[in-house]
Amino acid sequence: MSASDYLSVALLITGAVFFLAGTVGLLRFPDLYTRLHALTKADNVGLGLMIAGLALQAESWAVVGKLLLIWGLVLLAGAGVAHLIASGALKQGVRPWKK
Amino acid sequence: MEKVTLLIMLFDLLLGLGLLWLAWQLLESRNLFKAVVLFVAFGLLMALAWVRLDAPDVALAEAAIGAGLTGALLMAALAKLPSRDKSEPLADEKGHWLLRLALLLVAAGLGYVVHSLPESAPGLSAEIANNLASSGVNNPVTAVLLNFRGYDTLLELMVLMLALLGVWSLGIERSTREEPVGPVLTTLVQFLTPLLILVAAYLLWAGADAPGGAFQAGAVLAAAMVLLLLAGWPLQGLLTGVALRLMLVAGPATFVALAGLTLLDAQLLAYPPQHAGKLILLLEVAATLSIAVTLAALFLGYRPRTNKEPG
Repeated sequence: MSASDYLSVALLITGAVFFLAGTVGLLRFPDLYTRLHALTKADNVGLGLMIAGLALQAESWAVVGKLLLIWGLVLLAGAGVAHLIASGALKQGVRPWKK
Repeated sequence: MEKVTLLIMLFDLLLGLGLLWLAWQLLESRNLFKAVVLFVAFGLLMALAWVRLDAPDVALAEAAIGAGLTGALLMAALAKLPSRDKSEPLADEKGHWLLRLALLLVAAGLGYVVHSLPESAPGLSAEIANNLASSGVNNPVTAVLLNFRGYDTLLELMVLMLALLGVWSLGIERSTREEPVGPVLTTLVQFLTPLLILVAAYLLWAGADAPGGAFQAGAVLAAAMVLLLLAGWPLQGLLTGVALRLMLVAGPATFVALAGLTLLDAQLLAYPPQHAGKLILLLEVAATLSIAVTLAALFLGYRPRTNKEPG
């Protein structure tokens, strides 16, 4: 394995850790808003790390571009949808969790 | 390599079990909203299963239509239900055991049929590969859908149109409460709409040589229209009356016209090979438009009023 392969593995594993943490947060956090927070962290950073890991293995720059495009779209959709869900819940009177 | 194949087998197994579990959960769910969300998740996993089965064309259609647009349609239908209907039990419990017995019989019959299939069926792929040169396209799936078995696609377009006629005959335009759309949704839609149109055009064009085609492109274009509708763009006001109807019938009408012409000439939907490529492109463009507008109109759920009709 070359240096870039090791770097890929490290990035993919770190990304997987973010996904795992996000999933645990989604299941364990107390209310909708904190769960959204956990979920978007996994989507944004976890997927970003995975994309970086995969981009190192890509055969051409075109593939790198496509991977980055996927990440950009997920960022856009994730942030937008999280905002819509949270503001919709606030309007319906779902109260944020307080200790 | 052994380790990798084991991992892939494990993945396939998880995928299959996940599909069965999701199907079970969504059928058992008494909460309709939950059932719709599970249905969308099922569609996405199903698309992944099609990719694993080496059928990217079906995977694209499943993701765009099965998960995406059907999910949006179901959500729109759910929003129109009065709220008391959502918590009521879906079916009466008395008939359940009979239904389960019937389903078990169907499952046993299907199992028997699958079991009695011959080990290696010859299939038609060799025949299709031999005739691909005269079909006008290089993607065997497109060749089958729009040339060799074009009448299947023609009938599919008709079914889609019938569905819309059914919705229009039921639907009365309701006074929708206008909620202000925030800047986030507006910006999101402004980013995504041009991109979706570009993707639809690409899928339409790529269909001749690679996975893609009218249904996938139409679904993506319809998704752009659904987004615009959700963001409060008055599409239903801009596209009404004759213009709307022309776009709805463009696909089926082009198909029927071509079917009539080829029937006079030789045989139903048997294109002359030297023009086949152009004819298929023409059909796909018309079909994409019609599919997109029909799906978006289904999402809207009622016939848009023309300016002349009283409001």
